[in-house]
Amino acid sequence: MSANAVALEVADKHSVGSTRLFAGVWAWLLGLTAFEVFLAYLRLPSVIMLTILVGISLIKAALIVSYFMHLRFEKLGLFLLLIPAMVFCICMMLIMFFPDSVRVLNLRPH
Amino acid sequence: MEGIVESPWSGGGSPFAINSKKLGMWLFIVSDSLTFSALLIAYAYVRLANPDWPRPFEIWPAIAKSTLMTVILLTSSLTMVLGVAASRKGDVKKTVRMLIWTIVCGLAFVLIHATEWYTLITKEGVTPWSNPWGSPLFGGTFFGLTGLHMLHVTIGAAYLAVVAWGFGKGKYNADHVEVSGLYWHFVDLVWMFIFPMVYLMSVTLRSGS
Repeated sequence: MSANAVALEVADKHSVGSTRLFAGVWAWLLGLTAFEVFLAYLRLPSVIMLTILVGISLIKAALIVSYFMHLRFEKLGLFLLLIPAMVFCICMMLIMFFPDSVRVLNLRPH
Repeated sequence: MEGIVESPWSGGGSPFAINSKKLGMWLFIVSDSLTFSALLIAYAYVRLANPDWPRPFEIWPAIAKSTLMTVILLTSSLTMVLGVAASRKGDVKKTVRMLIWTIVCGLAFVLIHATEWYTLITKEGVTPWSNPWGSPLFGGTFFGLTGLHMLHVTIGAAYLAVVAWGFGKGKYNADHVEVSGLYWHFVDLVWMFIFPMVYLMSVTLRSGS
């Protein structure tokens, strides 16, 4: 059996979604992008805008990772290997830096 | 005993039921996502700490152009995932065609981005250390973030060209296409954070607001 045939056999064992599913995810991503641009057009206050935009970005990232990158169809062990440690590191960076940036702002002469 | 040996936690030959190339790409993506996270957090830090941070992007043309770039990148992810699906079915022609469309979208993204940089540098006078609007850190963070992303897109387009050529010739298999797809989707994913944080949060305020 050739290497290509073996790879195809392994690939067939995974449920990888259909064209309809991928087109649906793509449409959702476009819709969320349009909503983001609409929010920018409204020019909401910065804190509200940032909160909503980061929330939408996280939803878009989850759609891309789950369906386009197939993580939803992989073993739970792979998800547990990759995602929690990464989220922990990002949270640590946020906890370390954000309070300091506000402190720097308040130290400026008014 | 047999059950223990077959358990995903037993450290067998393939505990995650994926090949080593794919696991390697996933680990690279985690490491690269931390690089981009650090850059985005640094951007947010200097932006928050500088009250005179500029908001130079008008809805037309800057936001319209970056929205078009977002649509192009999302469409490239769709063609990529369809290419991966075709490669798994052994459809060589469709796989190569989808990969070529993905490369075309990637190059279109880079071209539009390059024209935007050209306008900012030559017409607006923005450099990595100065700009006519406010905090000089704006240029450094903007060019740093978008430049690193543009580099990733350019490298991705070259990577996909090699994979498309190799798959068409029968040198590479469906695993290679899938691993290159993971990289491409990651590049798309990073833009989903750069677009709102750098562009939409910097829309010019209406006078009086």
